[in-house]
Amino acid sequence: MVPVNTELVGREFPPTAPYLVGREKVREFSRAVFAEAPRHIDVEAARAAGYDDVVAPPTFAMVIQDQTLQQLLAEPDSGIVLARTIHAEQRFAYTRPIVAGDELTARLKVTGIRMMAGNAMITSEAEVTDTSGAHVVTATSVLLVGSGEGEGE
Amino acid sequence: MAYAVGDAIAERTVHLTRESLVRYAGASGDFNPIHYRDDVAASVGLPGVLAHGMLTMGIGSSVVLSALDPAARILDYGVRFTKPVVVDAERGADVHVVATVGAMDDAVMRIDLKVSFGDATVLVKAQMRVAV
Repeated sequence: MVPVNTELVGREFPPTAPYLVGREKVREFSRAVFAEAPRHIDVEAARAAGYDDVVAPPTFAMVIQDQTLQQLLAEPDSGIVLARTIHAEQRFAYTRPIVAGDELTARLKVTGIRMMAGNAMITSEAEVTDTSGAHVVTATSVLLVGSGEGEGE
Repeated sequence: MAYAVGDAIAERTVHLTRESLVRYAGASGDFNPIHYRDDVAASVGLPGVLAHGMLTMGIGSSVVLSALDPAARILDYGVRFTKPVVVDAERGADVHVVATVGAMDDAVMRIDLKVSFGDATVLVKAQMRVAV
């Protein structure tokens, strides 16, 4: 059993490929999270509230962040096994909401690993920026990776 | 928005079905099979097919945002995932959200969310801060 590599702390990843936020994707995601405020669906309602286009629900940032977590899981030396990984905590800190038409890139940094009774708590931050380089949201995840004891190895 | 600490912001019960989970899987790109396959959920020792934690978190913010001014600026939103929401194939699952004002100053209102499934609290420290 390969343990989680604590030397991941401080590791920074290259920016993800730009993600173009589509209007229908925002509507689809909004329906999926039962978001009923008109600004998520109706362009006119969004513009009346001062936005350029339909507004993504706050947790849509996870779709962008997920690309960075895929980078982390793909690290050959991470020791992170998806089947033993639980999403323990999630936070988003916003400069502004994501709206349709945004083209977003995320950069991941592993900011902490805490070992607890053989389990690893991995904290990572994905900083999401737009095409001008301006900050949009920072998404912070805490993943709990189990030791795998009792799984027959 | 003249809220005071302790005021209710919003309350809603959302009924989840397996279709809700498949819909969220497609919308989010999270296709972990524990969210739609009973056999896979059982094989990893889960009590059943679970709702995505991020779906539950998203329902929480949806309930709050429906009650806020459309131009309200959200500063941050965070949760800890504690208990799973088991979504029965036939009966589904009801997720109950209650949002109240937890703290307030000249610049920021903190909204505390209580998100429950039956008797279990499924998110703890679920808080959204909004500029006032």
